[in-house]
Amino acid sequence: MASIELRNLSHSYDVIMGKGEKASFSINNLNVRWEDGKAVALLGPSGCGKTTLLNAISGLLKPKAGQVMFNDRDVTMLSTKQRHIAQVFQFPVVYDSMDVFGNLAFPLLNDGLKKNDIRGRIEEVAEILELQDLLKVSAGRLTPADKQKVSLGRGIIRPDTAAVLLDEPLTVIDPKLQWTLRRKLKQVQRRFRITMVYVTHDQHEALTFADVVTVMSKDGKIAQTGTPEELHENPDTPFVGYFIGSPGMNILDCSLTAEGLDFDGFVMPVSDELRSRVSGPGDGLQLGIRPEFVCSRLEPENGGVPFTALIIEDTGAYKVLTLTRHDIRIKTRISQTEPVSENDTVWVSFPERHVKIFRDGSRIY
Amino acid sequence: MNNRAVLFLLPVIVIMSLSAFIPLITVVNYSLHYIFSGSMPQYVGLANYVEVLRDPEFHDALTRQLVFSTMVLAVEIPLGIMIALALPRKGIWASISLVLLGIPLLIPYNVVGIVWRLFTQSDIGVIPKILGFFGYAYNVALDPIDAPLTIFILDVWHWTPLVVLLCYAGLQSIPDAYYQAAQIDGASTWKTFRYVTLPKLRSVLILGVLLRFMDSFKIYSEPLLLTGGGPGSSTTFFSLFVSRKAESYELGYAGSVSMIYLFIVIVFSFVFFQIMTNIGKGGQTK
Repeated sequence: MASIELRNLSHSYDVIMGKGEKASFSINNLNVRWEDGKAVALLGPSGCGKTTLLNAISGLLKPKAGQVMFNDRDVTMLSTKQRHIAQVFQFPVVYDSMDVFGNLAFPLLNDGLKKNDIRGRIEEVAEILELQDLLKVSAGRLTPADKQKVSLGRGIIRPDTAAVLLDEPLTVIDPKLQWTLRRKLKQVQRRFRITMVYVTHDQHEALTFADVVTVMSKDGKIAQTGTPEELHENPDTPFVGYFIGSPGMNILDCSLTAEGLDFDGFVMPVSDELRSRVSGPGDGLQLGIRPEFVCSRLEPENGGVPFTALIIEDTGAYKVLTLTRHDIRIKTRISQTEPVSENDTVWVSFPERHVKIFRDGSRIY
Repeated sequence: MNNRAVLFLLPVIVIMSLSAFIPLITVVNYSLHYIFSGSMPQYVGLANYVEVLRDPEFHDALTRQLVFSTMVLAVEIPLGIMIALALPRKGIWASISLVLLGIPLLIPYNVVGIVWRLFTQSDIGVIPKILGFFGYAYNVALDPIDAPLTIFILDVWHWTPLVVLLCYAGLQSIPDAYYQAAQIDGASTWKTFRYVTLPKLRSVLILGVLLRFMDSFKIYSEPLLLTGGGPGSSTTFFSLFVSRKAESYELGYAGSVSMIYLFIVIVFSFVFFQIMTNIGKGGQTK
């Protein structure tokens, strides 16, 4: 088990997509440290370089610049084998021509261990993963979920595995089994205190699995690292605010005037404390507020601003409204029982304690 | 009534009857009669089969054929895999090598036979000249080793590219993740080949082995054009043997050999298919 640290890590490459078209993938100057034994989720939109980053950690590719450190030891130049790393891929990879036992034994046999010495270890891992009845079954005949378990099993079978990297491992698994498998993963992680890095673009997966979540932005940079609560409560950038949460945070351009925060003609009065923190040089102020904290009423209200209901999405438990006023659009969550229909007027206000203010892309309040 | 499906099968049934079933029945019929030239056929039961199975000429031809086909499989399949592994995966060189490899496959059998005949002819051929330079007295028309060996090399040249193309297509379809997983599991190059590449090539290899086995068992034009089955009977492979018998109007005998021939091809193909489909499946490491 090891802590993982990336120092100034950069890499980029192009993939030729047919007639003269190229897609570029890159990661830019990444710095992050994940402590030993943590369940880490690496979250970001598709194509932001998550898999590239993972391959750089496992040594499948050599980064163009920067260092990868395991337990403060520089492993950038070491081969995958020397790093003692495990990786589970998006599509379950098993050795079809071997049975489950053979699959689990494979990494250990490759390390030069004898078959009789490893039987106990294999049975232990098989039991945790509930594969003990399948040990003699050919791996090619398993269901995708069991194949993925075997794949994970090969990852954790080495007692000295530095970390297990998982690249969207539940994508091809039946939705019902995803939940069970994710719980199993978490259980394995807790039991062995393995450093696990779990790549996903699904925030629900990330937030339920991880102790620590690292969010990557579209341009291959790290936007924020923190606990799920921190990311939800105090996003560092508007991107994180919008990306985390369903629906994401409302982000509105605004400016600070003598009366308060001005959004395209309506003004929200602000406290002195907020004013003192927010006032200062530079423009590009943005206000962020989560839909569940937007205060919305169907009757006119003091301080409320009238918006028009554009889209109503009923989730069963609550309704998500998309409201519009001039060019502004915001989302809000209201109770299932509120009788609202499209084109109704809804009065909206933003409680100050739930408001986040960003300047030039970073949070200042 | 859902029997209208039969209507859709009718064209196949008609065509198959004309092209395979009726000729086959004719051959079965021949094989049970004593026919010589135009004389009245005489029913002899299985006597022709007994004669064939006791005939030393048949034994020779069968042994020669089995040795040839075994050598073809033993050389063309591994060689095909090796060449496929060595080919570039993408870019202009991949296209160029595939086209070059495809050329032998495009040449008709009889042209191949003629070309090689010119190559190997003892007076004007380039191969005897080159080998003669190294002190080897090569003569395809007189030497009973040179002749079958030449046909074997011809076959390797002509058909290994088919195995290469099959394997190449098979290799292209293996996702990178398998190789990455093997790398992470610390597998050596050999183990990666043995446990990733080879199992993933299983289906194309089944196809390759069956095609090469059946085709090599049917080799006809090449020995006919190159050596005419000689010297002696050293290149009289099975097809040539059967047609020789038919040409000499021993129709009953030729019919029996044909049936035995068909039986052998089916049995071997079935056995190969079964072995290759099941090999390495199910608990093998314990």
